[in-house]
Amino acid sequence: MPLHAILESILFTAETPLSLDKLCDLLPEFDRDSIKSAVTTLSENFDNRRGAIKVVEVAGGWQLRTDPAFQDYVARHLKTRTTKFSQSALETLAIVAYRQPITRVEVEHLRGVDSGGVLKSLLEKKLVKILGKKDIPGRPIIYGTSRDFLELFGLKDLKSLPTLKEIQALDETPLFELQEELPLGEKSSNSPSTIEPALPFGE
Amino acid sequence: MDYRRNAQHEDKPALLDGLHEHYHVHLDSFEGPMDLLLHLIRKNELDIRNISISLITAQYLEYIKVLKELNLEIAGDFLVMAATLLQIKSKMLLPVDEPEDETEEEDDPRAELIRRLMEYQQYKEAGQVIASRALLGREVFTRSAQDPLLASLSNMEAPLESSLFELVDAFRSLLKRIPVEQFHDVAAAETFSIADCINEILSMMQDREKIQFDELVLEDQTRERIVVTFLALLELCRLKMIRIFQNAPQSPLWFIPAVMPDPVSQPALL
Repeated sequence: MPLHAILESILFTAETPLSLDKLCDLLPEFDRDSIKSAVTTLSENFDNRRGAIKVVEVAGGWQLRTDPAFQDYVARHLKTRTTKFSQSALETLAIVAYRQPITRVEVEHLRGVDSGGVLKSLLEKKLVKILGKKDIPGRPIIYGTSRDFLELFGLKDLKSLPTLKEIQALDETPLFELQEELPLGEKSSNSPSTIEPALPFGE
Repeated sequence: MDYRRNAQHEDKPALLDGLHEHYHVHLDSFEGPMDLLLHLIRKNELDIRNISISLITAQYLEYIKVLKELNLEIAGDFLVMAATLLQIKSKMLLPVDEPEDETEEEDDPRAELIRRLMEYQQYKEAGQVIASRALLGREVFTRSAQDPLLASLSNMEAPLESSLFELVDAFRSLLKRIPVEQFHDVAAAETFSIADCINEILSMMQDREKIQFDELVLEDQTRERIVVTFLALLELCRLKMIRIFQNAPQSPLWFIPAVMPDPVSQPALL
């Protein structure tokens, strides 16, 4: 039986995204390169089918997910959640995502407001996690985003976060109206120009 | 660029018009002082790199005043920012030692604030960008589609898995209701150990899928017994043998077994 079909059966029944390492563990009789290339084949097969399911690379692994174009149809049967995030949750999440590892005080300095409550809430929702403690007086807690964060937002890894351009004047087109993904830029410590995530994602 | 010249301009009527708009539409929609400042900057159509401190400070303080008049609580952060604005404004009114054509960025008292605002705005926008992505459980789905991530995110229909805090709270309010006089010396024969309690809870659970908090802890029990029950529940949670749920905040607590009915071996007890 073709390897891509084997992978299909495994991915279909998996609850979470499976990484290449994990797939290699599950299929010791196949070599890494073959598995990798079979995933590509599988993905292409799904794309060519013009169906609703895609092989998506998310949270460091692959998962079968429906194309967002079909959300209304899925919603007819499933009770989907109209999740709305508050602005403070989004700001805080963005700050942690782009600036991790980061302490609460640093978050508060960027936002200009107390952020304990928001951080706690994001922790409870498992979008943010504690990475450890900073080795300075007070030993403050260091935060970062979790794997669940990547899964929820459909991100392959932290590097896939949309790049922030140089701040635009307030009367220009707001960032979220621009569709294209921008190339990664350099991080400058003096000015708030292009920012890239501080930590490569690793688990 | 002589930034001092810009600091003079004030426009009283426009300020009041802006205030009315604030009052009706924007009063409670600011996340914090930076958010408010960005709003004021946009409203006055200023270039963020060259804001009129005098104008912004005046409007900012008016806003704070309105909040106070309406008896709305003002977070301390807003007041800290007010002080910062006033400090910047006063620095800008001081005479410059030497006439210079180009003022270096470090000498502009507004520089740090502008930098912070721009940085904040960047993350604010980033948050919006992130939120506009297709979310798992909302636009995109997997086969195991009742995604636990999203289920725990929306507090809507799915019962909340409670933290221990709710359990502690429930016990606290219960203990409050029982007068202290009921606590009396219990004869050795009546001692109800935590192990006994655990057994009792587990056997109750074997018959039923879930138990309600009120069934476990009856109000006519002694404080001692209530405390023992509490400790038993904590131990069961710690051993991950039960889970606690609540349909909504403040609603009754439910316990369900974490492991499906299996002959459970005696947990190692204290």
